[in-house]
Amino acid sequence: MQISPAEYAAMAKRYAPPSTLGKDCLKAFLCGGAICALAQGMLEGLSKAGVAADTGRLIVMLTLIALTAILTALGVFDKLAKHAGAGTAVPITGFANAVVAPALESKNEGFVLGTAAQMFSIAGPVIVFGCSSAALYGLIYFIVTKAGG
Amino acid sequence: MAQRIGQHTIRLTHPPRVIAHAGLAGKKEKDGPLGAVFDRTFDDVTFGVPSWEEAEQTLLRTALELAAKKAHLPLGSLDLILAGDLQNQCTASSFALSGCGVPFCGLYGACSTMALSLSVASLLIDAGACGFAGAATGSHFCTAERQFRKPLEYGGQRTPTAQWTVTGAGAAILAATGHKSDPRITHVHFGTITDLGVTDAANMGAAMAPAAAKTIGDFLRDTGTAPQDYDLILTGDLGFVGSELLLELLRRDGFDLAGVHNDCGCLIFDREKQDVHAGGSGCGCSASVLCSHILDEMRRGNYKKVLFVATGALLSATSALQGKTIPGIAHAVLITQGTEETT
Repeated sequence: MQISPAEYAAMAKRYAPPSTLGKDCLKAFLCGGAICALAQGMLEGLSKAGVAADTGRLIVMLTLIALTAILTALGVFDKLAKHAGAGTAVPITGFANAVVAPALESKNEGFVLGTAAQMFSIAGPVIVFGCSSAALYGLIYFIVTKAGG
Repeated sequence: MAQRIGQHTIRLTHPPRVIAHAGLAGKKEKDGPLGAVFDRTFDDVTFGVPSWEEAEQTLLRTALELAAKKAHLPLGSLDLILAGDLQNQCTASSFALSGCGVPFCGLYGACSTMALSLSVASLLIDAGACGFAGAATGSHFCTAERQFRKPLEYGGQRTPTAQWTVTGAGAAILAATGHKSDPRITHVHFGTITDLGVTDAANMGAAMAPAAAKTIGDFLRDTGTAPQDYDLILTGDLGFVGSELLLELLRRDGFDLAGVHNDCGCLIFDREKQDVHAGGSGCGCSASVLCSHILDEMRRGNYKKVLFVATGALLSATSALQGKTIPGIAHAVLITQGTEETT
């Protein structure tokens, strides 16, 4: 069998079915948009009911997280996400699912070393980089405002 | 005494017979094209036990018990059981067989384990070291997903080349003698690790196709046979993408497998209706298909000569994370029905 890894890589690429990029993007756009529209609708409803904007935003976020956790536990979220892709991964729903999914399935390994330890196995990097970048940008902001002021 | 022919193939002087076999499968496999031919299927993923790992153990143990029962033998009367699986440290096999009272030889060949266990069992019987041996393997979609990929309820997307790990198991009971309708294993061929640099763990078919091409090419050269001399050359779990690559690689090597080749990963699921992307995979894929559909068809006389080539991707979750390439392996056994094999 005379074939180089480079030749084989080209051959493997040729035989790999392509992703349905256009369709996937459209579905992600529609699902992500629907989640955002739902959140916005809730926020406006809360605002009309006299809830302060800050509190309203918090309630919306917590509702989306709770909804995702429930749908993940019911085994529905992954079926929806299979179609929605980035549409469910990018909003806070993606983060909530990434925490709940490993926590749920690690319950047989115990509450501490299973559920608690595995809870951040996927979402961990998001927290690490989120906190690191917040600290970095905070520092830059501090320097710039100090220098400017 | 077994005889080495050509470079890597071993011809058995006293070919053992497959006196009984059983193939088990889960719900999704039951809904597939082979749903009716499995010896037993399960409708729920945990089979009534607390964890998926235990469910996989149940699958493997049940497959062996069922095969032994079909051979009219108590499981405890076997001289040796050779088995392996995908769980870390092969725990599905060792936990499944703990307490059965039979000597156990654990094997790891990833998804090539069915051919590996059949090969070793055949050699031992040929050498007179065993009278009755069990060869088995299995896999479970949920245990494989959580070990090699992401948690099951995680909302990710699978690529078009990804394959679906089969929830299933297969077991075969081999013996030095048997009924004349029992298929025989006449040749075994241990594969060579072949790595053409594929790193995408979501494209196992491409990672394993070169190993399968090498084993099949070597086997045909060693035995001086052509693909058309076989009723079926059956690969384990290359799926739709890997199968096309295999045919292309072998065409370049001078062998045309068109019309002779099929793959258990293509047979077990309906590509259009079952959303399995590039087909089935896992130890249980080739094991359940071989130990139900294929061996049943051989007994019916519909296949006389089947070259069974189970393929394995020898990666771990760690090696994949470290960006290492995926070494492939393919072990083969030649199973014949009816006439004496004289190659």
